[in-house]
Amino acid sequence: MSAVQSPPASAGPAKKTNRIGLDIVGYKGSKTTLCAGCGHNAISERIVEAFFDMGVAPWRVVKLSGIGCSSKSPAYFLGMSHGFNAVHGRMPSVATGAVLANRTLLAIGVSGDGDTASIGIGQFVHLMRRNMPIIYIIENNGCYGLTKGQFSATADIGSKLKTGVVNDLPPIDTCALAIELGATFVARSFSGDKKQLSALLHAAISHKGTVMLDVISPCVTFNDHEGSTKSYSYMKDHEEPLHDIDFVPYFEDIEVEIEPGTTRDVVMHDGSHLRLKKLADDYDASNKITALRVLDEAARKGEVVTGLLYLDTSRDNFLDLLNLIDEPLAHLDEKRARPPESALLEIMEELR
Amino acid sequence: MSSVETLPAQYVSSSGGEPVVNDFSIQVATVNGSGSQTANIVLLRSLFQMGIPVSAKNLFPSNIAGLPTWYTIRANKRGFIGRKKETDVMVCMNPETAQEDVRNLNPGAAVVYDAPLELNKLRSDLHFYPVPFDKLVAPVCPDPKLRKLVRNMIYDGILVQLLGIEIEEVHKALFKQFKKKVKAAELNWKAVQAGVEYARQNLTKTDPYRVERMDAKGNKIIIEGNTAAALGSIFAGVTVVTWYPITPSSSLCETLIEYARRYRIDPETGKATFAIVQAEDELASIGMAIGAGWAGARSMTSTAGPGISLMSEFVGLGYYAEIPTVIFDVQRVGPSTGLPTRTSQGDILSTAFLSHGDTKHPLLFPCNPEECFEMAMDAFDLAEELQTPVFVMLDLDLGMNYWMAEPFRYPTRPFKRGKVLTAEDLERLGGFARYKDVDGDGIGYRTLPGTEHPQAAYFVRGSGHNEKANYSERPDDYIRNMDRLNRKFETARSMVPRPVVDLTPGARIGLIGAGTTHWALVESRDQLQSECGIAASYFRLRAFPFNQELTDFIRKHERVYVVEQNRDAQLLDLMRLDVEPSLHPRLRSVRYYGGLPIDARTITEDIIQQEGL
Repeated sequence: MSAVQSPPASAGPAKKTNRIGLDIVGYKGSKTTLCAGCGHNAISERIVEAFFDMGVAPWRVVKLSGIGCSSKSPAYFLGMSHGFNAVHGRMPSVATGAVLANRTLLAIGVSGDGDTASIGIGQFVHLMRRNMPIIYIIENNGCYGLTKGQFSATADIGSKLKTGVVNDLPPIDTCALAIELGATFVARSFSGDKKQLSALLHAAISHKGTVMLDVISPCVTFNDHEGSTKSYSYMKDHEEPLHDIDFVPYFEDIEVEIEPGTTRDVVMHDGSHLRLKKLADDYDASNKITALRVLDEAARKGEVVTGLLYLDTSRDNFLDLLNLIDEPLAHLDEKRARPPESALLEIMEELR
Repeated sequence: MSSVETLPAQYVSSSGGEPVVNDFSIQVATVNGSGSQTANIVLLRSLFQMGIPVSAKNLFPSNIAGLPTWYTIRANKRGFIGRKKETDVMVCMNPETAQEDVRNLNPGAAVVYDAPLELNKLRSDLHFYPVPFDKLVAPVCPDPKLRKLVRNMIYDGILVQLLGIEIEEVHKALFKQFKKKVKAAELNWKAVQAGVEYARQNLTKTDPYRVERMDAKGNKIIIEGNTAAALGSIFAGVTVVTWYPITPSSSLCETLIEYARRYRIDPETGKATFAIVQAEDELASIGMAIGAGWAGARSMTSTAGPGISLMSEFVGLGYYAEIPTVIFDVQRVGPSTGLPTRTSQGDILSTAFLSHGDTKHPLLFPCNPEECFEMAMDAFDLAEELQTPVFVMLDLDLGMNYWMAEPFRYPTRPFKRGKVLTAEDLERLGGFARYKDVDGDGIGYRTLPGTEHPQAAYFVRGSGHNEKANYSERPDDYIRNMDRLNRKFETARSMVPRPVVDLTPGARIGLIGAGTTHWALVESRDQLQSECGIAASYFRLRAFPFNQELTDFIRKHERVYVVEQNRDAQLLDLMRLDVEPSLHPRLRSVRYYGGLPIDARTITEDIIQQEGL
């Protein structure tokens, strides 16, 4: 459509456009109805920026979610993308079906810790196994916000509800689980860590497999108090980034050479580069065992490691395994999707 | 042999000494996992190839090996191939059930049995044919490990000789069944011959049952309903298939996989024009089917009662968010795990209104393989035209048993993809409102994800929404939307397959059935006429929602018997909700729900009793 290739006239000449000629307004959604200060809103902003920066056509994107506060957020970004607010915990299957129907779509699914780690754990597990090309984001606040703050299965042992109730069950670490199950891009971040989250989202768009991005996203109303391990102040004190992350998209020239021994350079599926700059220790994101050890050690210390935990760009995704044709299955007509009459005659003959 | 010499004269033949030709049922009792299926299918195929109308029903346990299994074959020259209540020829291969099997027979039946069981001591009013199976199988099959499997083929040989089945047809059927496994075929062929030879030399025929070549085969095929539904889906252009294994529906998707691999690979690229996913459960299989339907694929899943229950929430979303998909329900006996390997029509009500809130869904009821094929194609068109989940209601009897069928007709009509707006349409229209009733038929226009236009997107949600698909909790928006969905269901009445109505002039009684009940019902109708002089019209329902023809039929008859295979008269209940209350007193119910396919005699006796005859 020629009309959308250039910014609308009303946008004015001064506004910045991206590589497909769209204004950032074209990537925004409707006004948020979440609480002021909710971590989820910051995540929505980063999503808007990442898709704008990467120049993804919004009509190529489908955004899906389950049920809960997190799952309301797809309404607040990418207003020109088809959206699907599915049933509680079962978004992965809907997203899987949509991508099977049209493999040219870029799917982003937003879930929460309740939506994923409890009711949705079955579908989460199998999405990770299949390595479907879907960006799966958990907006993780350790509680059920929409039903007024009950614990979720990612709440840490000993963390306290506002009412004083203490959680005495161990948390499910969705990152460790995803790595174990075969997800090919696993990261953890914090809604307040603008730069890191942004770099990871850009990289997610470049990855052609399942991206599992767990983002600690404090619930200002029900889980941001003293005694919570998912609060802004807890994260400020306990976030341990694995590395400094820079992202260089495939369509930009790499200007800065990496310093040997200090930075790891990872090439993504689309040719973009992730620059992982060493902090305290050198971290190898291609090693599953290292990732699981680091997660376990941090959990024992009450720390939250963030960054790219694990990346595997070599494994085939589910669409490759299915040997699907390149064009969307949804578009196949009688000529492509109905075998010829000779096929039916042959089958009938065999059945006589 | 000797045991029949003492048979009382009146039992020598059920038709006064005259042979009974092409009109009997055979029941073979075996142990699950003993390989009897092959022997049974060869028997079925041989009769089919001789042009005799024939059907087969496998009554099997929910078990891999060790529990009793019965296989019934019915031959009937008049084409009545529903299950026959009585067994005429019994083959006792299972020591566990043999005594009870023999005790349940009507006088005059023939019994082929494993000689050491000495079943002839149980009764004196049957035709007994003892066969030393172990002695016969040893020389034929030197490998003791294979004997258990080959042993069953011997009873085929015995029956060939006793019933007069043409040996050439048995040979043909056997080699067809084994396909390329020539060695196995030859081994089994020897067993058949051993059976024939033993019977020829040692058994004296005293029962009246015989076969004779007929011309009912014509161009017909022999096929299971699940295979027919799978083929219908392939030729309907299904592109996304998601499923979870469950008896009795598994073979539908398994067959679909086989045919898709053969006939749906793009010749230019060698790549698949379909995606088939074995999901982690039924929640995921319906979720994927709905996701794919939303994104524009022709999607489907197939399941049975427990899966239907699990899909309930998603199907409500499909109804409310208006997403096409096709669900095959191969019904089995519930509730809960129920009798997983037995047949039923017990999902009618729960499926018609599946999910919470006000929901209702189109159901199609095929009664034979031809309709499984046709209705699969209808279902994909209807789902996309009506933008809603559509159910095809098979049952275990239809889905898993072999049926004779006319060869399927190649579809010439184009896919009906329903109201889908392209980028060009949007440019012309300047936008659209997803849930607006533009045409007055209750069906809105949709766009597919990926449509390259800034106004193509809309937001699908299971929560309340207005015409523009925006979130809304307003009572007027909610009511308008629900009323439009009702209007859409009214539209569906004229789009679903019409009933098949056969009026008998002057008949005061009407019979209504759906699905596999058809086969017993047509025979019962014949029994009512020939045995009691009751003329009855027949209405075969093929879909829900119903249309005016149902009301017209009820109005034409004083009493209308709704015959179905469940306890609670589910089809009748559904009719009561739909037809005007003044007609309700005319509706009567006949039900059978024991898990076996319904038989004509049960229906006839019930109706006679209700008629006070």
